[in-house]
Amino acid sequence: MSFNESDCWIELVDQPIDVSVVQEFVTTRSAGAVVLFLGTVREMTGERQTVALDYQAYPEMAVAKMQEIASEAKEKWPIQKVALIHRTGRLELAEASVVVGVSTPHRGDSFAAGQFLIDELKVRVPVWKRENWVDGTTEWVHPGADSGLPASESPES
Amino acid sequence: MSVSVLLFARASDLAGTSSTELEFDENPTVAEFKLALTQQFPQLEVLSKQLLVAVNNNYVQDGDAIPDNAEVACFPPVSGG
Repeated sequence: MSFNESDCWIELVDQPIDVSVVQEFVTTRSAGAVVLFLGTVREMTGERQTVALDYQAYPEMAVAKMQEIASEAKEKWPIQKVALIHRTGRLELAEASVVVGVSTPHRGDSFAAGQFLIDELKVRVPVWKRENWVDGTTEWVHPGADSGLPASESPES
Repeated sequence: MSVSVLLFARASDLAGTSSTELEFDENPTVAEFKLALTQQFPQLEVLSKQLLVAVNNNYVQDGDAIPDNAEVACFPPVSGG
């Protein structure tokens, strides 16, 4: 199932995401619940300190996969509106790298759909983050790969 | 046939390029494609078991064939969010 264009906002952006605009987009009179999720740049990963993250995307596939995930969510929950917006480029500490917004008639479905949307995005949308550690070194985060970090300790934002 | 490949993240850094072309006598499987890619860029060996392959914006598996004129991308596990 696909959405009307007016019900689904999927985008990669290279500028800060205005969460209030996302909230406005997913809010609708047919919904009694809106859930917004922000993934933000965390300073500490275990003992290691980050000063910034660089995000790279494979844009065409990232948008296609975000659309696929939104459509799957629509099959599972009575979603009125949904937004999946991922930022790329250099992000400073505490900035939002991803914003997920979803609205449904009742709150249980919004929470469940929001969790599904961000979990699936992190598994299959081709976007990568690179740590800029405080000591000046950089490191791509590739969960499960030979990044020098076990998957369980891989940085997540 | 010639297959154009896009590389991303650490795969791109290790290879020193974000795209390349590989030549095959006939349509390779994904496994054959990955073998040829790591022969061209031995430095990708460190990622080889984790490398993911996408054809026309969809993930494919080792046994799948790469079709003609496909957009092929190869990259390590994703870490968005």
